[in-house]
Amino acid sequence: MRKNLKVVNNKTHSLDGEALMMGRKSYSDDYAEPNSLVCKMLRSPHAFARIKNIDTSKAEALNGVKCVLTYKNVPHVAMSRAGQGDPAPSPMDKFILDEYVRFVGDEVACVAAINERIAEEALKLIEVEYEVYKPVLDFEKAYENETVIHPEDGIKQAFEMGFDPKKNVAASYDMEVGNVEKVLKECDVVIEHTVKTQAQAHGMLEPHVSNARLDEHNRLVIYTSTQTPFHVRRIMSRTLGLPLNKIRIIKPRVGGGFGGKQQFHCEFFVALVTLKTGLPAKMQYTRQEVFASSYTRHPMKISMKIGASKDGRIKAIDCHTLSDTGAYGEHALTVFMIVGSKVLPLYNKVDAVRFGGRVLYTNKVPAGAYRGYGAIQGNYGLETAIDKLAEALHMDPIELRLKNSMKEKETSPIFEIMGEGTKGTAMIMESCKLDYCIKRGAELIDWYKKYPVKDMGNNKVRSVGMAIAMQGSGIPFMDMGAATIKLNDDGTYMLTVGATDIGQGSDTVMAQIVAEELMTTVDKITIYSSDTDLTPFDVGAYASSTTYVSGNAAWKTAIKMRERLIKEAAKVLEAHTYDVEFDGVKFTTKDKEITLKDLAHRLTYVKDMQQISVTESYFGHVSPPPFMSAYAEVEFDKETYEFKVIEYVAVVDCGTTINPMLARGQVEGGLVQGLGMAAYEDVLYNSNGKMLSDSFLYYHLPTTKEVNKITVEFADSYEETGPFGAKSVGEIGIDTPPAVIANAVYNAFGVRITSLPITPEKIMKAVKEKNK
Amino acid sequence: MTLTCYVNGVLRTFDVTPDEYLADTLRRNGFFSVREGCNESACGACTVLLDDKPVLSCSILSAKAEGKHITTVDGIQDEAKKLSHCFAEEGADQCGYCNVGFALTVYSLKKHNKNATDEEIKEYIVGNLCRCTGYQSQLKAIKAYLKGE
Repeated sequence: MRKNLKVVNNKTHSLDGEALMMGRKSYSDDYAEPNSLVCKMLRSPHAFARIKNIDTSKAEALNGVKCVLTYKNVPHVAMSRAGQGDPAPSPMDKFILDEYVRFVGDEVACVAAINERIAEEALKLIEVEYEVYKPVLDFEKAYENETVIHPEDGIKQAFEMGFDPKKNVAASYDMEVGNVEKVLKECDVVIEHTVKTQAQAHGMLEPHVSNARLDEHNRLVIYTSTQTPFHVRRIMSRTLGLPLNKIRIIKPRVGGGFGGKQQFHCEFFVALVTLKTGLPAKMQYTRQEVFASSYTRHPMKISMKIGASKDGRIKAIDCHTLSDTGAYGEHALTVFMIVGSKVLPLYNKVDAVRFGGRVLYTNKVPAGAYRGYGAIQGNYGLETAIDKLAEALHMDPIELRLKNSMKEKETSPIFEIMGEGTKGTAMIMESCKLDYCIKRGAELIDWYKKYPVKDMGNNKVRSVGMAIAMQGSGIPFMDMGAATIKLNDDGTYMLTVGATDIGQGSDTVMAQIVAEELMTTVDKITIYSSDTDLTPFDVGAYASSTTYVSGNAAWKTAIKMRERLIKEAAKVLEAHTYDVEFDGVKFTTKDKEITLKDLAHRLTYVKDMQQISVTESYFGHVSPPPFMSAYAEVEFDKETYEFKVIEYVAVVDCGTTINPMLARGQVEGGLVQGLGMAAYEDVLYNSNGKMLSDSFLYYHLPTTKEVNKITVEFADSYEETGPFGAKSVGEIGIDTPPAVIANAVYNAFGVRITSLPITPEKIMKAVKEKNK
Repeated sequence: MTLTCYVNGVLRTFDVTPDEYLADTLRRNGFFSVREGCNESACGACTVLLDDKPVLSCSILSAKAEGKHITTVDGIQDEAKKLSHCFAEEGADQCGYCNVGFALTVYSLKKHNKNATDEEIKEYIVGNLCRCTGYQSQLKAIKAYLKGE
């Protein structure tokens, strides 16, 4: 374990915070060419239809309209917009524009005009004749439905993932360790529990936005608010048939992602408009489009069956899941697998475990990547079921968890079986302080004084609920990140990384890692990230990979730079490298010294002139999970069942926190977003499949008023494979609130709310039902 | 039509259409600090001060600003810097898209109710959405900012 850390694990201000507060030009739209064409999308009013005829002549004739795109004049190449690795682990079931429209809000035609008003006017002049089909809106009825949502030719899967479009199946997966049926029969206690989770909107404050222009070399340059600039470049190159090196993707500051910007939104359209017209173009989604025409979290139905011996040993877990991927299968398989792979290993002492089910197409807004990525859904299913099991066993829920949960140096067979759409990677939990997290959280919330419920005497009751969670740290043998460090002629450093800062603060974290290794301060490190022309490759910001994978790349590079500098200094000092000491400022031998500043100057201008630059890459061989415990004290009104969270406690093992304040921010932000899913947020549709909750006025994000006390602590933990001992922390915070609130409701009223969001109405109904 | 108004103390004239909103006018004329989050007066990102009061520029017709004083964050840079220091101290910075809206709203709170209670602060900024932070660190930072000087 590294001691005496000076930058890492120390308070460091976010590098871009001041400029963002002061309103500097920072985000994609700020960089659009001032005379950009404005792109607007005509969207489907039908949940499922085929375009029989589309006449754009009147729109094209409108003065100021420069270009109209329809499925007839754009490349017809099946692809996945998911923004994942290669080969794509999601079905390639999407065309840039298609003759079929598969949800209300799907893309029909794109207009580019000299201003927004004319573009909007032109949309009204496009005449479309639709052949309207009966949509499938209920994913439980989608399998083998007479309506086939993807009847078209040419769509495919890059590898076997159970893709069966004729049956409305985007992906399917099944696995079993041991014999679940047999073990369940031998159990003293078996409980069954089924939950349903809703779609959730990302609600990032900056809408989806991109702009394009041709540069002086006639290359396509796109500024875009994305989590995956390098995947955008590759997928765009293949889909448009444009050589990769003719495309430059620049990601400036991003106003929040949460998975919502892993995929494509505006990029193809601004690119095509610019390529066709030669003119700069920009596109920004309206908030209504962000809600109803991007993508949501996958709604799911999760059925758990858990068996245990009467002394409380969990012996078998059976989890069957159905997932709703909406109109397109982006992240269908991978989100689905996480429901099992990043949830079920929590209870690793089972004799048998089974996970499986299907991901189904419906004519709704597609589902896609979203922070938590299946783990939040699975956590709600498993962790409410575990409470139910504790009750059946007459055991304290904490005791049951302590007895059965993952411990340090243990493993689960699931790690080897389940990966990112493919086989996984076996690993031992070299760092797992889950026991500590559970015990410490109980202390912080004062569980044993408050459990299960207390009548406050003023028509209010206060109960407590808890859950545990895990996530991963990148995708082993798949996610790669790279970094370059260049020495400037004054002895400061230029750090370029592919890692994608989307507001989580990865630029700050990368600079801290490099500053620590080079024994300097972050102000000596200039970081530039996510520009496909200028920075090395990185898969992007997803799968909780940045701190662990990209951070390891930055660390490796800094170690190499240090070695290189010592080698150069040794030449100047006429010494062996092992006789040279470097303290970040100067190199010393017994009798000589040279400062870094002088060395850098000498190497640039005086002798043996050269640019010192080092590049290193990293990919994980394991994906060490962060773990956490979560507890909440919730106050309910006994008449109206309205509730508020008095305090939420999270104790997190994410290894070393590179930046403790930003790590806390990740957990707090995740908790509140998870609380939104648990209690406030719901994506609603009418019976024709039109989204009703397509505005912040109808879709309730938590505000300052819903948030009371949040207590976050970090366990003392060190992950040997992580940069300075770090694991990931970006997603885990979101996983627990649905289960924690549901468990608190049970402890207050003895009713289990099995669908999200948990509303006062649902509690009231359940209590009335129980009292019948 | 022509709009004449003061932006950050400077008299300016802009060509606007009668149905244009202030956020668009300002951004079109290079005031990129005005962030557009929803264009439906629901998120607070586009907050500016109109005659010293915080308003949502996405929902104020530009024509309504005739003769008035508009303040964007460019006009209160010192205050924004102070608030940003408080945000940094509390680790309240994430994507930053809501920050400018917070800066102007909180600056206004400081002018009108410097000794605001915790509940009053929450109430005052309830229209400023933040999806990243969970508000905890921001609330601490805002308290520190109000206490400052």
